[in-house]
Amino acid sequence: MSAQMVCQNASLGYEDGIVAENLDFTINKGDYLCILGENGSGKSTLIKAILRLKSQVSGTIEWCGDVKKNEVGYLPQQTVVQKDFPASVREIVRSGCLAKCGLRPFYSKEEKELAENTMKQLEIDKLAKRCYRDLSGGQQQRVLLARALCATRKMLLLDEPVTGLDPKAQTDLYELIAKLNREGITIIMVSHDIVSAVKYASHILHIGGRKQLFFGTTQDYAKSAAGKLFIGTEMMENE
Amino acid sequence: MNNMEKLRFYFEFPFVRYAFIVGILIALCSSLLGVTLVLKRFSFIGDGLSHVAFGAMSLSATLPVMIKKYALAWSGDDKLSPRMQSVVNWFGELNDMYIVLPVTLICAVLLLRTGQNTKIKGDAAVAMLSVSALAIGYLLMNRYPSRANISGDVCSTLFGSTSIITLKPEDVRLCIIMSVVVLLTFILFYNKIFAVTFDENFIKAAGVKANAYNLLIAVITALIIVLAMNLVGSLLISALIIFPALSAMRVFKSFKQS
Repeated sequence: MSAQMVCQNASLGYEDGIVAENLDFTINKGDYLCILGENGSGKSTLIKAILRLKSQVSGTIEWCGDVKKNEVGYLPQQTVVQKDFPASVREIVRSGCLAKCGLRPFYSKEEKELAENTMKQLEIDKLAKRCYRDLSGGQQQRVLLARALCATRKMLLLDEPVTGLDPKAQTDLYELIAKLNREGITIIMVSHDIVSAVKYASHILHIGGRKQLFFGTTQDYAKSAAGKLFIGTEMMENE
Repeated sequence: MNNMEKLRFYFEFPFVRYAFIVGILIALCSSLLGVTLVLKRFSFIGDGLSHVAFGAMSLSATLPVMIKKYALAWSGDDKLSPRMQSVVNWFGELNDMYIVLPVTLICAVLLLRTGQNTKIKGDAAVAMLSVSALAIGYLLMNRYPSRANISGDVCSTLFGSTSIITLKPEDVRLCIIMSVVVLLTFILFYNKIFAVTFDENFIKAAGVKANAYNLLIAVITALIIVLAMNLVGSLLISALIIFPALSAMRVFKSFKQS
């Protein structure tokens, strides 16, 4: 097990104040980390900090091992613009290779091949010529996942990927992500869905009330105080 | 005279040929850019920037009058010193382009560079800027009238009534050069422009300089709008940008086709 990302004593926030502080966790190769927390607890800010879209107030977030700063495949929450975007699936998947192009204006043969193979892997190769806005929610997420996979094969960062999907599509997507994880891709996922988080993830990071409530393996989480409280209420709501 | 002959007759006049060339080039460039702008929810940027250009144009028209007036008031004489007179003349002869283009460029960059993550969202920012520029422009024209016929001046800037048939060969040359630049940029940066439009955050996370490409889009937009003001005037530019893009988006299924 080699560490891919170490976050030490990091505090996150905006100009108006700190959102979360004293975050300490390590992500190893092959982990499936699920970040839990209520709305406004700083999950999205943490993602931005991990992706370097925004710098932390204090502390360090560092990449180590074989992952470099920009080698994270990111699956953002969908924006309004994207839902009505006239682009073919192939174009979108290929745009994941863009970082590899640098200043070269067109995609190379290998990059095109990579895009085709990724589409086959996620079983969306039949949709390649379809228009993105005509796809179902689950298919759209698969397309975005394929794009993220084109950018990297090491680590994926998913921001609430199942939002707005029906239960069947949710399960499918979770299974797909778990399959990718078994193939050796490190997964970081932000989620509200605690039941699935406990079911699929290997590690849990729980933030709330401006601090880190729990970090550790999923088995330990189920036994911890924070976990018991959170899982308990969630289960009751479900029943 | 049948239609063909009539057409040939018209094309014997150079101003008809110029208008024809410039019209086609500007329509081509603005529709290319249109798709990106419509998708970035900036359909009205054309309108906004053209108001800014209107403000800048009235500034450049009134500048000589303004300078003359204040210089006279300051020195107390009723005649300008020769040095002041040369400054006024210089501003009077200066091509409008040299003031309009930079001002519009700056505004376009301010509006577009910030992209999806701003405090004042796109449409509000455009509205704010365009209305203020329009107001300032009209105020300047009224306060320091350079010619007797203000409303005629304003009208021709807003609707571009006569300028399309009074194009000079230099204007045509400038327009051809600019269109080639715009076309080349589009071909070379096609994939990047696509990705920036679709998902800014993703490609930022992948380490592509999204802000640089936003800047590029902003600069091209401003160029096209300033060019197109010659053709249709500042109020109707939006039509050139939005209609082709919208119809293409309805018909075709991929970004390349539209």
